[in-house]
Amino acid sequence: MAIGQARSTGDKSKWAVANTVVLLYALIPVLWILSLSFKPASSITDGNFIPREWTLENYAQVFQVDLFTSALRNSIGIAIIATVLAVIIGTMAAYAVARLRFPGKKLLIGVSLLIAMFPPISLVSPLFDIWRGIGLFDTWPGLIIPYITFALPLAIYTLSAFFREIPWELEKAAKMDGATPLQAFRSVIVPLAAPGVFTTAILVFIFCWNDFLFAISLTSTSASQTATVAIANFTGASEFAEPTGSIAAAAVLLTIPIIVFVLFFQRRIVAGLTSGAVKG
Amino acid sequence: MADIVLDHVTKRYPDGTVAANDINVEIADGEFIILVGPSGCGKSTVLNMIAGLEDISDGELRIGGNRMNERAPKDRDIAMVFQSYALYPHMTVRENMAFPLKIAKMDKAEINRKVEETAMILDLSQHLDRKPANMSGGQRQRVAMGRAIVRNPKAFLMDEPLSNLDAKLRVQMRTMVAKLQQRLSTTTVYVTHDQTEAMTLGDRIVVMRGGVVQQIGSPQHLYDHPANLFVAGFIGSPAMNFLPARLENGALRTALGDLALSDELRRTLEDADAPREAIAGIRPEDFEDAALVEDHVRARGSVFTAEVDVLESMGSDKFVYFKIEGEQAMSEDLADLAADAGTADVPESAGHLVTRFAATSVATEGKRCEVWVDTDKIQVFDPSTGANLTIPRPAPAPSSASRGISATESG
Repeated sequence: MAIGQARSTGDKSKWAVANTVVLLYALIPVLWILSLSFKPASSITDGNFIPREWTLENYAQVFQVDLFTSALRNSIGIAIIATVLAVIIGTMAAYAVARLRFPGKKLLIGVSLLIAMFPPISLVSPLFDIWRGIGLFDTWPGLIIPYITFALPLAIYTLSAFFREIPWELEKAAKMDGATPLQAFRSVIVPLAAPGVFTTAILVFIFCWNDFLFAISLTSTSASQTATVAIANFTGASEFAEPTGSIAAAAVLLTIPIIVFVLFFQRRIVAGLTSGAVKG
Repeated sequence: MADIVLDHVTKRYPDGTVAANDINVEIADGEFIILVGPSGCGKSTVLNMIAGLEDISDGELRIGGNRMNERAPKDRDIAMVFQSYALYPHMTVRENMAFPLKIAKMDKAEINRKVEETAMILDLSQHLDRKPANMSGGQRQRVAMGRAIVRNPKAFLMDEPLSNLDAKLRVQMRTMVAKLQQRLSTTTVYVTHDQTEAMTLGDRIVVMRGGVVQQIGSPQHLYDHPANLFVAGFIGSPAMNFLPARLENGALRTALGDLALSDELRRTLEDADAPREAIAGIRPEDFEDAALVEDHVRARGSVFTAEVDVLESMGSDKFVYFKIEGEQAMSEDLADLAADAGTADVPESAGHLVTRFAATSVATEGKRCEVWVDTDKIQVFDPSTGANLTIPRPAPAPSSASRGISATESG
C-alpha cells in the first residue's frame, strides 16, 4: 500500500513536471508578446519579462491607424464566411465519404489529400495572375475561395471520422420512421455530428485567421487586406522607430477572437458524442 | 394491418454470395411470425428486404397485396425495432416517440395524445422527458417499441430486439412483446437466433440456414415433426440426441442396443425407402428412468443400461448425461449446428446422451442405471440429405427433399 502510494505520488510529480514543461514551451512566447505589448517604446529592448513600466500606448497606437481596424473587419468577415462555407460543403462531402458507395470515391479522398499536401507557395503566383485576370484580386471572394480549397481536405477528414462514429442503425431507424434521406441527415445525423462540426469549424477558422501567404499575395488595399497583413505593414512613429510595441499589441488583439471562439465551443466539443444511442 | 407475402424472394450480392435463396413465405394479417436460424443464415437479410433497407434481387414482396420492391422504406408504412434500439440520443423519450409522427406532419396536439397513450401502454409515462442515455436497457428497449407502435403501422419488424438484455429481463420482455402483439394484433416479423424466443413467441416459425428456408410451421409442429436434422437439432433445449443407427429387421441397431420400432414407424420408413445406415434422433424427454415407468408403458419402448456420467438436478426434473461408446452421428447438418453452438471445439461435447428424468428418479453419478426409451417418438434421418424419414409422406418424396429442404407446412 505504502509502496503503491509512493509510486503514485512519483507518477504524479512526473506528470506535473511534463505538463509544466509543455505549458511553458507553449505559453512563454505568448506571454513574451503580451509583455512586449505593455512596454513603452523606451524599455522594449530591456529584456525584462515583466515590464518595469506599464503602458497602453501601443494599443492606442494600433487603433489610431485606420488600416488595422479595416483589416480586422476583413479578417473577421473573410474567416467567418470561409469557415461557414467550408463546413457546409465539408459536412456533405464527409457524409458521402463515410456512408455512401459511389464510383470515384477513392479518387476524391486521394485528391483531397493531395490538396492538403500541396505547398501553397507554388500556387500563389499563378493565382495572382488568374485573380487579376478575372477581377478577383484584392476582393473578399479572392481570399475566401483559396481558403475553402485548402480547408476542405481538413474538414472532410475530420468530419468523416465523426460520421463513421455515428451508428448506421440510427439512419436506418430514421428511414423506417418515414424520413427522407435529407430529413434523416438534417434531424438525426447533423445534430449528432455537432461536436465534429464545431471542431472542424474551429480548425478551419484558425487556419483562415492565421493565413499570411495568400493574404499578402492576393490583396493590396484596405478593401480586403486582413489583419495579419496589416501587422506586417505597420510602420513606427517615425521612419527610424521599430514598430515592435504596436506589432505585439496587434498580435495580442488577433489572438483574442481565437481564444473566445475556442472557449465558446469547447463545451460542445467535449460533450459526449452518441451516448445512449445504442446499447450502453 | 396487412398481410406480407414473400414470393420467390432472393438476395444476391454483387460479389455473387446469395444471402437469401428463393424465399416463399405467406404471412397472414395479424400473424406473429419468427425467422430463426444461426448467425449468417440470412434471416436479417430477409427482414431488411421487407423493410426496404436492402434491395430485392429477384422475386416479389407484397404487403397488403401491393408490390413493394421499388418502394422506399418510408413509403411501406412498416415500423422496425432494432437490436441496438437505435434511439436518437439527442432527443428525449417524448421526441423519440414523436419523431415518426412529426415526419408524417401530424398535428401537434394529436402527436402529444398519441405519444402519451403509447407511453401509458409501455409504462413510460414518467420517463417521457428523459434522454435515452440516462435510461436502463429495458427502458430503452420499451422506448424503441414505443417509437414503432406509436404510428400504428401495417406491420412490425423486429431484429433481435431482446438480445441485448440480461437473461431475466429478456424473459419479462418476451412476455410483454407477446402481450403487446396480441393486444395490437398487428402483423409482426421477428428475427432471433434464440430458439426459446422462437418457440414461445411465434404463431409460426421459419427456420433458415444458409439463406434457405428449412421449414415453416407452428412451434409444436417443428418440435414434433422436424423436416430435417438441422431443424431437429436447432429446435429444443437441451438439443435432440443423435445416434448412428442401422436399420435391421424392423429394429434400429444403435449404441444403446436394438430399439424395436412400431409397425407404423416401420411402414413409414419403408415407404420413404430409408437407407440402412441412418441417424436416429431422440429428444431428452423421451427417455425415462426405467424404475419410474409403469409396466404397460414400459412394454412399448426399449430399455438399456448405462452408467450415469453427470447428473444435473433442476428441481422440477433431472438432466442425466450418459456416455455412449462407439461412433458418433456424422452429417453436414450436425456439423453446422455444432459450429453454430460453438460446441465443435469442446472436447467430449459429443458422445453424450442427454436424458430428462422425473425429479423422483434415484439415478446417481457413477452408478449404472436402467433407462427406458419411448421408441414411438424416435425420428429417423437420412445422413446424406438430413431429411426426416419418419414424416409420413402422401406422395413420393418431393425433389426438394434431396436438397435438404422440405416445405412441410402446418397452420
